[in-house]
Amino acid sequence: MFQALSDPTRRAVVERLSRSPASVSELAKPLAMSLPAVVQHLQLLEASGLVRSEKVGRVRTCRIEPRALRMAEQWINERRTSWERRFDRLGEYLAETRDEPSKRTKPRK
Amino acid sequence: MTKRTVVHAMFTVERTYDATPARVFEAFSDTAAKRRWFAEGDGWTIDEFAADFRPGGIELSRFRYRDGPPMRNDTVYQDIVPNERIIIAYSMMIGDDRISSSLATMEFRPAGGGTRLILTEQGAYLDGHDDVPQREEGTRGLLEALDKELKRKRA
Repeated sequence: MFQALSDPTRRAVVERLSRSPASVSELAKPLAMSLPAVVQHLQLLEASGLVRSEKVGRVRTCRIEPRALRMAEQWINERRTSWERRFDRLGEYLAETRDEPSKRTKPRK
Repeated sequence: MTKRTVVHAMFTVERTYDATPARVFEAFSDTAAKRRWFAEGDGWTIDEFAADFRPGGIELSRFRYRDGPPMRNDTVYQDIVPNERIIIAYSMMIGDDRISSSLATMEFRPAGGGTRLILTEQGAYLDGHDDVPQREEGTRGLLEALDKELKRKRA
């Protein structure tokens, strides 16, 4: 997801879609690039789960998937925070056991 | 009907410890030691912690934070290189909901007299929840937060 949003064009598209759904040509209009290039960006956003699209007749309409964005962000943060918390405690554990002989090393003479 | 979505992401967490790679590795390989720093902590209740530290071995922990719902971490050890590397695959559950399935790589690199520990997690973060309301207006604030995070990561 970070990769999907690391590009300014894709962030502009997500920002536009956060206001309302839009067709591919509407999304392409303010962007200084070809339609195939815009479609490529949209495909990446769809693959990341941030955007979904639906084709009705000849018009493909894109909309944001806010729930994916919000929940995924929450779980990613939760996982990262949990590892940070654990690695802090690992540091405390290592400091507390500094002088204890290692269980897997034979005691030195 | 429950709307199912999946988002893939990767992140790293790094720490340098004033302890040899062998000592840091032992904190992962020794079940009692690992329980102490990995599972225990203020406000946490450990309902179960069991680890079978070998490739293919399973680590299971069930725990709760204060009055929160039961949580569960199911881990399978994939790769173990003593004092150098551990790769695990694990899923996190809250109640009956699976919230993520991840591959986590831990590298133990000598750094001076100590150890640089690098965790890289590549995960599928799931949203199988029915009770989360659609909130289009929340997206903008979130994007700003993501943007800040990206800038912080580049710095």
